[in-house]
Amino acid sequence: MSLPLRPRRMAVHGALLLYTLIAIGPILLILLNAFKTRRAIFSDPLGFPDGRSFTLIGFDSVLEKSEFGLYFLNSLTVTVGSLALVVVFGAMAAWALTEYRFRGNTLLALYLAIGIMVPIRLGSVSILRMMVEFDLVNTLTALVLVYVAQGLPLAILILGEFMQQIPRDLRDAARCDGVSEYRIFFSIILPLVRQAIATVAVFTMVPIWNDLWFPLILAPGDGKQTVTLGVQQFIGQYVTDWNAVLASLTLAIAPILVLYVLFSRHLVRGLTAGAVK
Amino acid sequence: MADVSLKSIRKSYGATEILHGIDLEVKDGEFVVFVGPSGCGKSTLLRIIAGLESITAGDLFIAGRRVNDVPPAARKIAMVFQSYALYPHMTVYKNMAFGLKFARTDRAEADRRVRRAAEILKLTPYLDRKPRDLSGGQRQRVAIGRAIVRNPSVFLFDEPLSNLDAALRVNTRVEIAKLHRELNATTIYVTHDQVEAMTLATKIVVMNQGRIEQVGSPLELYHAPRNLFVAGFIGSPRMNFVKGRVTAVTPEGVRVAHACGETLVAADAGHAGVGDTVTLGIRPEHMSEGEAEGLRLKGQVEAVEHLGEATYLYMKLTDGTDVVVRAPGDTAAVAGASLTIGASERSVHLFDAEGLALPRRGEAHPPRAAVA
Repeated sequence: MSLPLRPRRMAVHGALLLYTLIAIGPILLILLNAFKTRRAIFSDPLGFPDGRSFTLIGFDSVLEKSEFGLYFLNSLTVTVGSLALVVVFGAMAAWALTEYRFRGNTLLALYLAIGIMVPIRLGSVSILRMMVEFDLVNTLTALVLVYVAQGLPLAILILGEFMQQIPRDLRDAARCDGVSEYRIFFSIILPLVRQAIATVAVFTMVPIWNDLWFPLILAPGDGKQTVTLGVQQFIGQYVTDWNAVLASLTLAIAPILVLYVLFSRHLVRGLTAGAVK
Repeated sequence: MADVSLKSIRKSYGATEILHGIDLEVKDGEFVVFVGPSGCGKSTLLRIIAGLESITAGDLFIAGRRVNDVPPAARKIAMVFQSYALYPHMTVYKNMAFGLKFARTDRAEADRRVRRAAEILKLTPYLDRKPRDLSGGQRQRVAIGRAIVRNPSVFLFDEPLSNLDAALRVNTRVEIAKLHRELNATTIYVTHDQVEAMTLATKIVVMNQGRIEQVGSPLELYHAPRNLFVAGFIGSPRMNFVKGRVTAVTPEGVRVAHACGETLVAADAGHAGVGDTVTLGIRPEHMSEGEAEGLRLKGQVEAVEHLGEATYLYMKLTDGTDVVVRAPGDTAAVAGASLTIGASERSVHLFDAEGLALPRRGEAHPPRAAVA
């Protein structure tokens, strides 16, 4: 590297480092304090738990006093269900929009692009009315439907971009080989956009898992609460059980972390190397 | 039998017509090469035969069956792409066997065919590798293997050698020629390289701007090009063109005045009359230093290229026309020298004002019927 660039590079790294700290800070704070007594949380919020301040009381109360397992399962069902639908329908729609020329193609693509720009929460009232009419209030189905709608536009955009980069010769070769359009999609296109799917999965999954808004509106009833909503019962108007809140948040981070690691393994570049040229 | 027959095939994208009515007969077992400059429609024509592009107007027959609306897989064709188009996530074996799975080929039979193809193409040691672990030449062989296992009646090649380096290109060219002899399947091959066309084809189709300029065997095209385009396209370095004017039409031929004098060309004048502008065409390899019977030209040598067995002299004639002469390897000519060059009148081609060849004496007329 040439010398004049050095200070600039250092500045860039400094900025990135600072951002990492800001991003990781809250998570670390949650993790640290989840294992501390209430007293230690307030007297020394940044300290590590030691022999005197270490406690698992938060986890105890979460697991005993609430139906945390159920909340957890609800969150997982909603997230995985929505994720699967977004990826499958998103990929199919992206393929149809990029590969086939049909009447209304551009219009449809534009319509879906608008979905990226308009926040779905603007439609909360209408969505709630619709769910009431379909008798879907207080069901996980309602949440899945909303999240699929929320995730699809971006998924289609990203996957479409990637699919456009797949050389036309590959599809033509498959067509000459007598592979049906469905098999071309599932056996050739999907494996080739694996990394894009991983990207889409991460982008889709995190907001769904973390969402409080729609569970609060559409499925606040007993037995249908998600983790984010379930945690709210420990936050009272007058008293907040910080141990329990932090413990449940710690537990809530775990699965999303596992899913992330799972997908990020597929964020490997150069998968198409060797296909052409 | 797998004849391919094209009847006034037209192709347009929107209002732009790419192919303006192509008529062509490809007989069973022939090796036909479509050649032409880029954008002439040769690849589009191949993709139409493959079924990857729709036909705007006209009819396409393969083995006597009209296949306009038949999907590619049902046409009994196999195509090799310029970019190889191997499935990157599958091994060589799977790449070759993939198509067979959908043709409901019995497993043992598929395995037998893949292994045989691998043997022919010397790919057996690589069957378990992925395309990214292969060299360019090996990838191209896998692509050819994938075509072979399907037992097609017609092989289609779309510029299969353009991604290979020069040495490998010559090798693979020979391999493809051998393969054609062994399999004896009808082959249609697209290239923009006239050397590939000359060496591989039993029949060359020269295309330009969506039309067929001429169809014929390599030597037919070389010796009797139908027009200026074919004359300039076939042969390397390209044919020299010298402008002239008809001064007399005699029973022996046509007298043409040009920058360096007058020449009698043994050709039928056809509708060309005295005073008409014509073009003389002489191939570099038919010209020589010094005086010759027939055509005589004078000019200055501008550059000299020594290739060893031959020397190319790049010359400018007195009227400014550029001319290339293939001289013997040991020629004494140097850049800057003035030189007289000549060609026997039998090797001179004559083209009329529209660029159409005037038939030479003692030769059959070029196949005009082949052109729409």
